[in-house]
Amino acid sequence: MHKESEIRYPLILGDKNYHQITEDVCAPLEGRANKLWYLAFSIAAVAALWGLGCIMYTIGRGIGVWGLNTTIDWAWDITNFVWWVGIGHAGTLISAVLLLFRQKWRMAINRSAEAMTIFAVMMAALFPGIHMGRIWMAYWVFPIPNQFGSLWVNFNSPLLWDVFAISTYFSVSLVFWYIGLIPDFATVRDRATRKIPKSIYSVLAFGWSGKVKQWIRFEEISLVLAGLATPLVFSVHSIVSMDFATSVIPGWHTTIFPPYFVAGAIFSGFAMVQTLLITARKVVNLESYITRKHIEYMNIVIVITGSMVGIAYLSELFIAWYSGVEFEQYAFLNRATGPYWWAYASMMTCNVIIPLTFFVEKLRKNIVYSWIISIFVNIGMWFERFVIIVTSLHRDYIPSNWTMFHPTFVDIGIFIGTIGIFGVLFLLYARTFPVLALNELKTILKSSGENYKKQQH
Amino acid sequence: MEQFIFSSKTKRLTYILMSFGVIALVYGIFLAVSDVDGAHHSGTRLWTNLLINGFFFMGIAASAMFFFAVNYAAESGWWVVIKRILEAVGSFLPVGSLVLFIVLFAGVAHQHHIWHWMDAEAVAADEVLRGKAPYLNWMFMAARQLIILGAWIFMWTRFRKRSLEEDLGFERNRHFKNVRDAAIFLIIFGYPISTFVPWDWIMSIDAHWFSTLFGWYVFSGLWLSSLVVTTLMVIWLKKQGYMKDVNASHIQDLGKWVFGVSFLWAYLFFSQFMLIWYSNIPEEVTYFQVRFEEYKYLYWSMFFVNFAFPMIALMDRDSKRNFRSLTVIGILIFIGHWVDTYMLITPATMKTHSTIGIVEIGLGLGFLGLFLFVVLNTLTKAPLMAKNHPFFEESVHHEIH
Repeated sequence: MHKESEIRYPLILGDKNYHQITEDVCAPLEGRANKLWYLAFSIAAVAALWGLGCIMYTIGRGIGVWGLNTTIDWAWDITNFVWWVGIGHAGTLISAVLLLFRQKWRMAINRSAEAMTIFAVMMAALFPGIHMGRIWMAYWVFPIPNQFGSLWVNFNSPLLWDVFAISTYFSVSLVFWYIGLIPDFATVRDRATRKIPKSIYSVLAFGWSGKVKQWIRFEEISLVLAGLATPLVFSVHSIVSMDFATSVIPGWHTTIFPPYFVAGAIFSGFAMVQTLLITARKVVNLESYITRKHIEYMNIVIVITGSMVGIAYLSELFIAWYSGVEFEQYAFLNRATGPYWWAYASMMTCNVIIPLTFFVEKLRKNIVYSWIISIFVNIGMWFERFVIIVTSLHRDYIPSNWTMFHPTFVDIGIFIGTIGIFGVLFLLYARTFPVLALNELKTILKSSGENYKKQQH
Repeated sequence: MEQFIFSSKTKRLTYILMSFGVIALVYGIFLAVSDVDGAHHSGTRLWTNLLINGFFFMGIAASAMFFFAVNYAAESGWWVVIKRILEAVGSFLPVGSLVLFIVLFAGVAHQHHIWHWMDAEAVAADEVLRGKAPYLNWMFMAARQLIILGAWIFMWTRFRKRSLEEDLGFERNRHFKNVRDAAIFLIIFGYPISTFVPWDWIMSIDAHWFSTLFGWYVFSGLWLSSLVVTTLMVIWLKKQGYMKDVNASHIQDLGKWVFGVSFLWAYLFFSQFMLIWYSNIPEEVTYFQVRFEEYKYLYWSMFFVNFAFPMIALMDRDSKRNFRSLTVIGILIFIGHWVDTYMLITPATMKTHSTIGIVEIGLGLGFLGLFLFVVLNTLTKAPLMAKNHPFFEESVHHEIH
């Protein structure tokens, strides 16, 4: 017998029944897009085209067209890479970790968060690819037989571990996302009236018929995948952090990096989910499913992970002083007060100070405020990576090598472009995929639906 | 109302364990006073063991409160039937803290030299320690630790008071005050447990060494130990015929927590170890050198027992639902984490002169007896079930499909 306490908030608002849920979720797929969608799509597409142009230009001319120099040989490229990988963490956390923790509220947000993850990881993977210069040699990152060329990968390098970590993460996330989609594709298939969409959704639904046996398997495989995906949530960003932390560069080499990067990734990922879903719930009328309570829960995750990131920043700062190592001390002093103090200040403000306001219940329940803060966090987390990478590199051991980084229009174009491509993919997804796990959502209607809760108590 | 009775048989067991502790203590004092090798190793050994056990059991108590607060703040429902156990484990906090302060003040009074930086002459001759002096001085340490541990104890009494009040009747307001206090506790616990508490009591023993991850790593081990203790206590109470509302699903969930946090611990161990090993910076790598060279077998068996063993043994669903297997696994992990705490402290204080003998084992068992005595005594003071908790019904009907 399942019990639910009356003091729990309902997760599905309004007088909904099973059919209504299907109607609400399928509406954006079956109707026509409104003007707002076309406007957003046009803007995203323009940005995407600009970005593609800059990528072509980079490939044609070589990475000399970026602002890199001999001292700062890693800058926006890797900053953007880490930023996008970080954003890609929320999806699997929501779908896998929250599933293991039996969090019912995940069902309203997991689909979109997973889609976001997949698109974000794609954007991330783009950067190492184009950074290679000769992108047609990109397959050399894999350990392939010598017939393909005499270059054997370096297994001692964390950059290679990244290849494995990210490709594993991407595959598992994709499979997880897709398996969750199967029952919902079947629903869309059954409702489709036009021939072409029906046949496409039929293929996508893998012949799902909604038998009990299929549901049992569905739940089992979800749990197994969740168990496999949970370590991946940790491993990916840990290994990304090792790109820096295995080195002996002051400001990069610190043991807290792996868990702190993971916390930061979840932090930025949830901020992006918040940005997208607060917008989406309005545009496609899903306020009954993605409720104020959902937003509050996500804000709580943001404030917790933000606090962890804050502890990590302060621990690094303190231990740099405590260590008595002159180079460490200088690296952190320079971060906070050197020529890039503004980047450090933006990072601290956006990532540590501003999210702390979510400790105030009124503020974390305010939807507009949450959306604004999510933008701040997105910006702050980009600056975090910029601070770690550029400020640590720009002061070399030899003062004659000291320099600054100036992005060129290509650097900026590629970054804006990835946001554009991401936007295009997400907007297309929102028109063609069921954006909520509608069949799974139905399983909590009778325990957490507002109307049913009222009847019980 | 189901009430726990601290039977004379169980009491006797805790007395026996405590008497081991007293014997070991007396023997340790005897060794310290006679000081056979003339280098104060026996004295250091005695205080080292007091620090190990004081810290380990204080950490277990504090982490039980942490888990308590997490469950409140996360609105979790399944845990309510074990709520009273967590409260009871938390009640050891003042005793554990007292032991730590005794060790601290004994150091201040130059009864031992566990904290090298307390030695004014050594600091004067050492540039690095001079640089750390504004932070590493006994007055500042005593003050900040007093505030931190004092705040935890204060929060425990608040939670406990409200919890007992709730037995008289449910009040919505009181529950939400607890949720709010849980969030406050997570802040005043989370910040220091990942920084000052492990840094001061343990990391500063290796006075030159530093690692930003150290606090997180130590905390994960303590948290895991407290989960193991909770699990074992629930199983033991059930075997005694108490806690009828606890079913196999609750036990399985506790087993899952042990399984998951074991991974967290191993992850943090590996993160710290791998980065230091890979970079091979002389200032940092010394920490692992002494542990690998002088404590090779103990160190790696500790890692095996605390990582590979729970991973393999607790992977299976049935092993998490079976009382016997969970008890065996739990006891082994508990010992493994005691050894981990031993490994955090002993190589730093005893260097190459360590042994595991009467003092180590006796004091360990003695503290265990004291811990069980305090915890079980607290357990008698309230009904075993917090029946008026708003999620009590959810917890009683908890079932994993």
